Parts: sequence; structure tokens; C-alpha cells
Amino acid sequence: MKFSRKTLGIPFAVFLLLFVVAPLVVLFYYAFTNGTGEFSLKNLTDFFSDPNTLGTLFYSLLLAMTTTLVCLMIAYPVAYILATSKMKSKPVIIMIFVMPMWINFSLRITALKEILTLIEGNLAFYPFLNSVIGMTYDFLPFMILPIYNTIVKLDGSLTEAARDLGANERRAFLRVTLPLSMPGIISGISMVFLPAMTNYVVLDMLNNSTFIMGSLIGSYFSAHNWHNGSMIALVLLGIICVFTLLTDRGDEKDARTGGALL
Amino acid sequence: MRKIIRCLVPCLVLLFLYVPILILAVYSFTESTQIGAIKAFTLKNYETLFTREDLRSMIVGTVLLALGSAVLATLLGTLGAIGSFYSKKRISSAMATVNQIPVINADVVTGFSLCILLVVVFGIGKDTYIPLVLGHVTLCAPFVYLSVIPKLKQMDSSLYEAALDLGARPRTALLRVVIPQILSGMISGFSLAITLSLDDYFIATYTKPATFNTISTYVVNATRGSQTEVKTALWALSTVIFVLVILIVLVMNLNAGAAENRNRKEAKA
Repeated sequence: MKFSRKTLGIPFAVFLLLFVVAPLVVLFYYAFTNGTGEFSLKNLTDFFSDPNTLGTLFYSLLLAMTTTLVCLMIAYPVAYILATSKMKSKPVIIMIFVMPMWINFSLRITALKEILTLIEGNLAFYPFLNSVIGMTYDFLPFMILPIYNTIVKLDGSLTEAARDLGANERRAFLRVTLPLSMPGIISGISMVFLPAMTNYVVLDMLNNSTFIMGSLIGSYFSAHNWHNGSMIALVLLGIICVFTLLTDRGDEKDARTGGALL
Repeated sequence: MRKIIRCLVPCLVLLFLYVPILILAVYSFTESTQIGAIKAFTLKNYETLFTREDLRSMIVGTVLLALGSAVLATLLGTLGAIGSFYSKKRISSAMATVNQIPVINADVVTGFSLCILLVVVFGIGKDTYIPLVLGHVTLCAPFVYLSVIPKLKQMDSSLYEAALDLGARPRTALLRVVIPQILSGMISGFSLAITLSLDDYFIATYTKPATFNTISTYVVNATRGSQTEVKTALWALSTVIFVLVILIVLVMNLNAGAAENRNRKEAKA
């Protein structure tokens, strides 16, 4: 075959078809069939009629929303202060904030667990609080980085113009800086919200007995119940799709990867 | 007042992020098995970490897995990016869309669906390590693709044509002209792949052989058990990784600083 630059893409295209598209097709197949391979809606009706699974869905939505909100409330001021400061060493300082991303998350959660155990005595008393603390601890850098990157690139003269035209500082922030930093905020939210619905290991490690959507997949996996597990995965995929359409994450890669590129 | 707040908020957040790791680091040098108790200094945890067979093999295994899947992912992702960049718009945007799926998807779903496809449908044994490696390559390759594409877009397209006009064969032109131009994208994609693989828990749990552990799966299992020897040895591991990360960041910063100085001097000259 004649050498052409286009053909170089074939291995990756085949790879994507085999290991990205095919697994999703199989997931659909398993979600809508029963043990004998017949078409069935039972898994779907199971999910939406069982108070336990529905409760888990709402609990994980609540937990994810709380975690995202807490991360945002902490990350925005930090990112704003760092991005607008006049320090020369800004890149080094933001590096210090994202460095924990490179330490294995399970080891960091172990560290957090020891501290929380020392403070609370028994971790079982405050499952929701501990989950929020654990996830905030884990995901905070992913929220700080995209917001920082957006604000630091903002044109400072826009705020100055607003001030010159008579806006006070608060108004200039609310009407100029905040709207312009929305892409960073949205990208940060998408980095935190989905993991907060699915990363059940954080809860497990903090001795939590509460369930989120990810934990359901984990328990169906342990029980080799592929059909119900696929249905849960499909519901999660649906949520992810809706979420992606709502946020249209152009900066996705920037957020998850920024750390290594710094 | 304003100045105090501007300093206080970031400092408090830094404390929140680092105090747990630092306290663990201090206690990793003591005999205590619980934080809060003050015991004598010892290096026992570090000795355990480097001598105990299961700890050593899981560290080596994690690193080998990360290196192996990062190499494969970089190869696949780079070739994919080059191919897609020079393909018709329809094909390249289709590839970009599918490439985005593993990036956006929850790792639990990726791991679970790969497990069903490879293990349940195709019947590939987890003991062959094939599902595990494929899983990690699936996790990493899209990020390599995303790191290389912008470099291709920045590249001056006439360079490749010039090489051909000067008599280079397409293969040579690609290796000698295109690859050096996109090398920085490949390197950042590769390092990204390493960090993603090292940090992964979910894909590994769903696809790994029962006897094999990565750092993440080992630590998660260890926190369920009550073996204090392992528990405190993991404190030592956390400290070692923390120090390594600091060293890497320092070296990268120094390099970047040196490069910047060099550029400035060249600009002056």
C-alpha cells in the first residue's frame, strides 16, 4: 500500500471503535436483555420502581451538588486572588495548589481519614459531611485550575474601563469579571460534579455505608449481575450526556490535564 | 484588611490541602500506629515499604503498567492525531467526537463496560493482563490525541511540502519534519498518560487479575483491613511519593526557567 498520512490514523480509529464504541453497544445490549438474552425492560423498570436505587440516585445528585458548590465557593476566591495578584511567581504558586493532583488519590484520602478520625472519633456519625469533605479534598485542585486559567487570561483593561465608566468595584466584578470567568467555572463544575456522583471509593475509604451511583455499579459488579449493572451505567451515561449538553465543555481537556502541562 | 484576606484565604486552602499529607509524613517516621499518639522515632515503616514482597511488587507493577500503557497510548494517540489531522473534515470530526467519550465519561462506566466487553463477551481472561492494559490505554490515548492535535494545527504546513520538494520520501519527511514539530505535544501527552494511569482506581478494579494490585487498589483494600504494619508502611509510601512529586515539579520549574532565560538572551542577541 502506498504510504499516506491519512492511513496512519487507521489503528487509532479501529482502536476507538473496538474499545470505546463497542463497550457502549454492549452496555446497551446488556441493559435491555435478561439472563437468557431476550429483550426485556425489566432492568429499566427495576431501577425506576425500587426505592433503594431511586434513593441512591437522588442522594448522589444531592451529594454531587453540595460538593460542587463547596468546591466552587472555596476555589473561586482562591483562583481570583491568585490570578489578579501582582506577584511575579504566580505560575509557581498555582503549581503548589495543583500539585496534590499528582499524589495518588487513595493515599491522600488515607491521610484525610486519619485526620478526620482524630477529630471526630468515629467516622460513622457524619457520613454526609465526611463525604463532602473527602470529595472536596480530592477534587478541589480540578476546580481551582480552570477558573484560574480563565481569569488570568482576562483582559484587565475591561475592568478598568468599567471602573472609568463609573461602576464601583463590586459592580465591575459582578458585571464584568464574573460573567467572563463563566467558562472556567463551567469547566470546573464539570470536572467535579460527575466524579462526585461516581467516585464511591472516597466514601468507602472514609468508612461510609452510604451509597452513590458508582457504588451500585460496584456492588452489581461484585455480584456478577451484568444486566442491572449495565442499566445503572446507562442511567449514568444519560446524566453525563445531559450534563455535557448543558455545559458544552470545550475546555475539558484543559481542566483535567492542565496540571501536567504547566 | 483587604490585604489580610487576600493572603489568608489561599493560605487556609493550602493548609487544608497539605496538612493531612504533612502530618502523615511526620508520623511515618514514628512507631505510632495512630495519629495523635506520640512515640519514638523509627525508620521501620520505610524498611517495610522497601522489603515487603507484596508492597514492592505492587509498586513495581503500578509503575510498569503506567509506563507500558503510556507508551502504547502515545503511539496510538499520536498516529491517530496525525491521521485525523490530514483526513477529510467528516472523518476527523467523527474521530474527535468518539475520542471525547472516554474523556468525559465516568471512569466507573468506562471500566465496567470494558470489563463486560472483554471479559464477559469475548471471554478474555483477566489473568492475561490484556483487559487491564487495554483499559489503561483506552483511558490515556484520547488525552495524547488531544495534546498532539493543537501542535499539528500550529505547525507550518509548508514544511512538510518543502521536505517532499527537496526529495525526502513521505516517511522520512514525517519522521524528520513533522514529528520534531509535535514532539512537545507528544511529551505532554505521555506524561499525562503516566499520571492518569498511576491515579486510576476504577478501570484497574474492573479489569485487573485478582492477584495483581496497583497502588490505588492496594491502598483501598488495605484501608478495609486492620493490618497496622501495612497501614503505616503506606504512610511511608505517601511520603515518598510526595517528595518525588516535589522534586519533579522543582526540576520542571528550573528547566522552564532556564529555557526562558535562554530565550530572553537569544532575543537580545
